[in-house]
Order: sequence, then structure tokens, then C-alpha cells
Amino acid sequence: MFSLLVRRLLSAVPTILIVITIAFFMMRAAPGGPFDKEKLLPPEIEANILRVYNLDKPLYQQYVDYLKNILKGDFGPSYKYRDFTVNDLIASGIRVSFKLGIYAMLVAVTFGVTAGTIAALKQNSRFDYVVMGMAMTGIAIPNFVMAPLLTLIFGIYLSWLPVAGWNNGAFENMLLPVLALALPRVAYIARLTRGSMVEIIHSNFIRTARAKGLREKIVIVRHALKASLLPVVSYLGPATTYVITGSVVIESIFDVPGIGRYFIHGALNRDYPVVMGVVIFFCIIIVTVNLIVDLIYGFLDPKMKVE
Amino acid sequence: MRAVNYCKSALLIVSIVALMLTTGTNVYAGGTLRIASMGEPASLDPHKVSGTWAVHIVGDLFLGLTTDDPYSKAVPGAAKSWTISSDGKTYTFNLRKSLWSDGTPVTAGDFVFSFRRILNPETAAEYASVLYIIEGAEQINTGKASPETLKVKAIDDHTLEIKLKGPAPYFIDLLNHQTCYPVPRHVVEKYGNAWSKPEHIVSNGPYKVVLWIPNDHIRLVKNEKFYDAVSVSLDELKFYTQEDRAAVQKRFRAGEIDVATDFASEQINWLRKHLPEETRIAPYMGVYYYAINSAKKPFTDQRIRKALSMAVNREAIVEKVLKTGELAAYSFVPPSISNYPKSAQVQWKDWPYGKKIKEAKKLLKEAGYTKKNPLKFTLRYNTSENHKRIAVAIASMWKAIGVKVELFNSEVKVHYAELKQANFQVARAGWIADYNDAQNFLYLMETRTGPFNYSGYSNPEFDNLMQKAEVTLNPKKRYELMYKAEELAMRDMPVIPIYHYVSKNLVSTRIKGFEDNPEDKHRWRYVSFK
Repeated sequence: MFSLLVRRLLSAVPTILIVITIAFFMMRAAPGGPFDKEKLLPPEIEANILRVYNLDKPLYQQYVDYLKNILKGDFGPSYKYRDFTVNDLIASGIRVSFKLGIYAMLVAVTFGVTAGTIAALKQNSRFDYVVMGMAMTGIAIPNFVMAPLLTLIFGIYLSWLPVAGWNNGAFENMLLPVLALALPRVAYIARLTRGSMVEIIHSNFIRTARAKGLREKIVIVRHALKASLLPVVSYLGPATTYVITGSVVIESIFDVPGIGRYFIHGALNRDYPVVMGVVIFFCIIIVTVNLIVDLIYGFLDPKMKVE
Repeated sequence: MRAVNYCKSALLIVSIVALMLTTGTNVYAGGTLRIASMGEPASLDPHKVSGTWAVHIVGDLFLGLTTDDPYSKAVPGAAKSWTISSDGKTYTFNLRKSLWSDGTPVTAGDFVFSFRRILNPETAAEYASVLYIIEGAEQINTGKASPETLKVKAIDDHTLEIKLKGPAPYFIDLLNHQTCYPVPRHVVEKYGNAWSKPEHIVSNGPYKVVLWIPNDHIRLVKNEKFYDAVSVSLDELKFYTQEDRAAVQKRFRAGEIDVATDFASEQINWLRKHLPEETRIAPYMGVYYYAINSAKKPFTDQRIRKALSMAVNREAIVEKVLKTGELAAYSFVPPSISNYPKSAQVQWKDWPYGKKIKEAKKLLKEAGYTKKNPLKFTLRYNTSENHKRIAVAIASMWKAIGVKVELFNSEVKVHYAELKQANFQVARAGWIADYNDAQNFLYLMETRTGPFNYSGYSNPEFDNLMQKAEVTLNPKKRYELMYKAEELAMRDMPVIPIYHYVSKNLVSTRIKGFEDNPEDKHRWRYVSFK
């Protein structure tokens, strides 16, 4: 286990370096610069700005300087938000995205696994059809339809919850964004769980367990559920990353000050340091989450340990 | 006994009414105003902000020599009064005694420091060129002279002298632009670039900053040290950043925000029906136009440019496509611009559309384009739903006169990078004036303007008129010169004006003092709850 951890961490270094390099040069290759906008800058003013941000230096020099700064943990200034450094922006955004993401995943796993399991056990019953029908609907309705719909119903027609705003993560403000973020995942997890559960409960080792006279609860929870969670766990990796790194749609509809908006705005604004900072940060999260998923895999699946 | 009771109740009623009256007339009413901004400000440093939403915020943090009244007219601000020399080049300001929010006095030295700072190339101020009218400013900003050479001088703590390159009748109007706001010298020198962070910032306007959570909200509270604090009603302002206009509209409906500084045009029918009093539309000092690259063939031919302009049915665009009360544009300068009573419009403005089409076809034929040999070109626009709808409509209008247009869209950064390099044939552009003056529109077509003059228009006569106007003090004469220049441009047609912008706000009926104005500038110190 320990050697796996070390090996994975070491192999992450070149991965991140490659990501940095590709992102750096791709960003610069994109046409238009950070200071091209509707209100163009006079050439002498643009020259002043480029000089202040060292953008007048040759590209390779900028790349080397950037790498040096990253080693020092300095992601540079934002060109667009001139009162903040990239470190400031990521630090303030990630706290929000993380909180929102974790809650959404908890909701998704709890409800998804429960609904999926019950549906599998009551296969082809009315409950099964209703749950799976709802799950299909949940997957089919995109975020940008679901979220405004939720705000319209709960925020305006019923006036139970605020329409938008973060309000420092207050419960009533979090409810709708968490729900909107979790819903498609609840649906997906429910389907995954049901599918694999149906397969597992018809397999030999479950029949053996039942034949031994084990109680049904133990058969299901300890044997069947554990085995059928494998596909769910492998889905959790990318899903968690996606949810933590922020959903731009959810963030802009609910006015949540998370990290996702910086990614999109940074790219559109050609705010190079912000894009780079966020890319590196996402890269680290993906590597970490994948590592965690692998460790959980080893715990759930005895076959993995042998390898 | 009964009579006494009557007396008592009467007294009670009278005193209640009196109480209501006093609270009604008293300016102080307090409350928190919640405003939805369309974007995050780039900075709270007035020398670094750009974007109208940022000006909504810093405009109430800092007080320039002049400031805006509720109708965006310049009125005395940090300066009580001023005198202008007979040649119109030297302004002497008499500053009022006032304090920064930390209690330090505001002095003429703060203004000298601020003007030098914004023009210093190290500050990298995007809007510094607005101040090039001040003597020495351009040389400093381009690194040819040191900031100390600027002709802005503190005669004493409360007297400031500014010398201009030439007379500029719009200078007083320019002084309430954010580039002219003072910054606190003692704080900037202490914290450097970090001075504008909420924990350090000090301001001299009606409000001060207490909190800024990026992409969430900015919180301003009343500055008790402001010289006119007694007349400021609202205790607190909260600016929320939200770009999703549909979501903003919902928040407005739910009563979570009081003012939204924009709304989506496609919502106009719904808004007019359900929120007629809250929906505020007013002329705005901006023009939406197509630039024709008149330095490149075939657009060097004036007849072609004129034909294209004639064939654009502007009424159809404002009435059928936009529907939010925009004004069809037959001139470059919008109506309601100060000291510019009437814009110079194209001569054929009032022709019936059928006649315009006929004439356009004739002009194209004269230029050598027929059905067999049609005029073909690419129309560029930056990605946006409205730009697309307009481009599609205009392309079909041009098709009717036998012109084949290919539409090409790109995101805004790419679009303007190409325009800057004159790498286009016909392209969408827009201009919102920096200050309320016709010169700020017409200079876009001067030769010396360089890359901003997208169409590459270069007419010595036009340039000459504009340069004369620049040094003319008499407002009427100045107007006549600029009018003649605009008339020339509307004859040569290097640009096709399409419509003049309107400002769009959603304003709660619970507040008063929010007046529509051509600059769409709203100083919250005049706003209060009813």
C-alpha cells in the first residue's frame, strides 16, 4: 500500500509538468490577448501594461519564469482582477466549491445507492420502475434546465428558499445548488448500483451465502452490496472531481463564488495566470482523487490486493 | 369626559402624523440597498478599474473635483468652486475642507499625487489616455518625461491648478470620470499596489468598503467622515456579481435585489407586462455600428459603402429584432449629448425604404456590381445572441440588393484583435463614450486615432475640422465645426451606424432618487428607500 502511494505520487510530478507545458503554450497560441477588448487600449497604454506584467519578454523566458514562480508556490497576479493574486482567487473559490461538492456527493451517494439497492432487490416491481424512470429523467434533464426550474419553483412560486446567493454557505442558500448538483448523480449512481446489484445477487457466491443460511440483511449488506459498489466507486472518481472543481452552470445560476467560474472566465478573458493556476490545481485534484479511488478499490475488491 | 377623550385621541393622531412627517422629511432613512452587477470589478483602485459596473461602485467611494448629480451632470465635488483662465487652458480649483475615511485631511497634494500616479507608466492604467488633454500627460505616460513634469500643481493645501494642452470645454465633465478621482497618498505610499484591498482602502466619498468576497459580493457602508454625510440616506450597499441575466431577473422578482443594472432584451415583453414600473429604459451615450474597412478594396469606393448603409432597414432592426426601445441611428453621435443639440444625419434618412433600396442598387451597379458579378464579402461579429440576430437580418437586407454576405463570428477577444489589425472587411463594433461629449465619438474617425479608427477612414478635411474644434472655446462654434465633420463622415460612410444604445435597469419601486440619465451613472448617495 505504501509503495503504491509513493509510486503514484512520484509519477504525478511528470504528469503535472506535462499538463503545465501544454496548457501554457496552448493558452498563448489562442488568438487574442488579455487586453484585447471592446474598448481597445491605445498602443502606448498596452505597451505599459505588457511591460508591467512581463508579457513583452520572449515566450520561453516567460515559461521559465512561470515554472520558477510555481516552485515558490506563486501563481502570479490576475490580469483581470487586479486586486487579487491567483493564489487569493483559488483559495477563496476552493473553500466554497469544496463544501458544495462534498455535500452534493454525500447526497448523491446516499440516495443513489439506497434507491439502486432497493430497486434491484425489488426488481421489476412498481418501485423499481418508478425509481428507474425518475433516474432516467434525472440524467436526461441538463443542469441548466433543472437549476432555473428549481429556483422558479422554490424561490419564486413557493418563496421557501432564496433564489440565489451564497451568503457564506448558509443552509438555506446551499440547499438548491446542492440539490441541482446532486440530482443527475443520484440518478446515475442509482442506475449503476441497480445494474451491478442485479448481476451480483444472481451470482454463485450469493447463492452459497444464502444456502449457508445467513440472514438476508447480512447477505445483502456485507456480501452483495460490497461487491456491487465497484462500478460506483470507479464512477465516483471523475464525478467527485467534477463536482469539487465546480460546475460553472450551477455557480453562475446560483451566484456561488466557487472556482469553476474562474476557469471559464479565465479562458475567455485570456487571463493566463488564472487559467494556469486553475488547471494545475484541477490536475492535482484529479491525481489525488484517482489515488483515493484506487485505495478504496483495493479495500473493496480482494482480487486487487493480489496484484 | 367624552370631549377629553376626543381631545386625547386627536392629540395622539396629531403626534403620530407629526412623527411620520418628521421621518418623511428627514433625509436619514437608512437601509441596505442590494445591487446586481453584471461583472466583477477589475479593481477598486480608480486608476485601474474598467467596465461600467466597476464605476457604479468606485463612483460612490471616491469624490473627484467634480461629481455627478442624479442626472449625471457635473456638479462641484471635492472642489467647491473653480476659475478658468481667459484662454481656457488654466483651471484653478478651490477645494473644500474634507477628510478621508480614516480622518486624514484631503489636500490638493493628494490630487497632484493621483494625477501623477495614473499617468506613471508603472501604474499601467488602462484609461490614462483620457487625461492626455492635461499638459505633459502624454509624455509622462509614454515614458518620455518624469511624472513630476505634469502641469498639475498644489498652490496650497486647498488650491489646485491644472494646465491643459489646449482649451477643452468638456474638461469639467471629464473631471468626474474615475481617472480623475483622488487616491489617498498616505495609504498608497504605505501599502503600494495592495492599498486598494478592502483591509487597507481609504476613501473620500460617501461610502467606504468593508468587505469584498470575489465573485460573491462587495459591501460598502456609509462613510461618516464624508463632508455631506447628513444627506446620505442608505447605510449600506451590497453589490452582487452575477452575469446570468435570467438568474438576476429571478432574484429581482423574489425581492433579493433592489436594482439590476441590465436585463436580457428577449425578456422585454414579459417585463413590460409584469414589471412595467420597475423596467427602466433610457437613451444611453453609445452607438452600435458596422465598420467598413475603407482602406481595402472594394470598399475604397464610396458608392459601395453608401449602398450598404442605405440598404440597412434600421427601423426593422430596432422594432422587430431588438424591441427594447433602441433608437435607429442615422448619425454617429447619439441624441442627448451635451453641447451637441442635433447630430448630423445622412441626407437620405427620411426617404421611403423602397427608394433607398432602388438607389442602393443603382450605386452598386455604377460601382460595377451586377447580378452576374455580385459584391461578396465577409461580415464579422463577436459571439452574442443579439449580434447574431442583427447580422442575420442585415445580411438578408443586403441580399435584397444583390450582395452576398458570409457571416463569421468569433469570441470577443479574437474579434477585437482582428479589428485592431484591420483584418476584416465589414465588422460589428460598438462604442460607449468615456464622457458626455461629441468629440469622444467623432475622434474615432480621425486619422491620428490609429487602430481605434477601425474603418481606416482618413479625410484631411474631417481631421482639420476636428482639430479646429479641439481648440475652439465657444461651444456654439465648436458644435458647428464638429457638426460639419460628422456631416462629412455621414457622406463618406466609413461606418454604418445602426442604432443608439439604451440603458436597461430594473429598479425596485421601493426606492427613490434613481434617475435615468444618458450616462447611466447612478450615485447611490442620492438614492433612498421610500
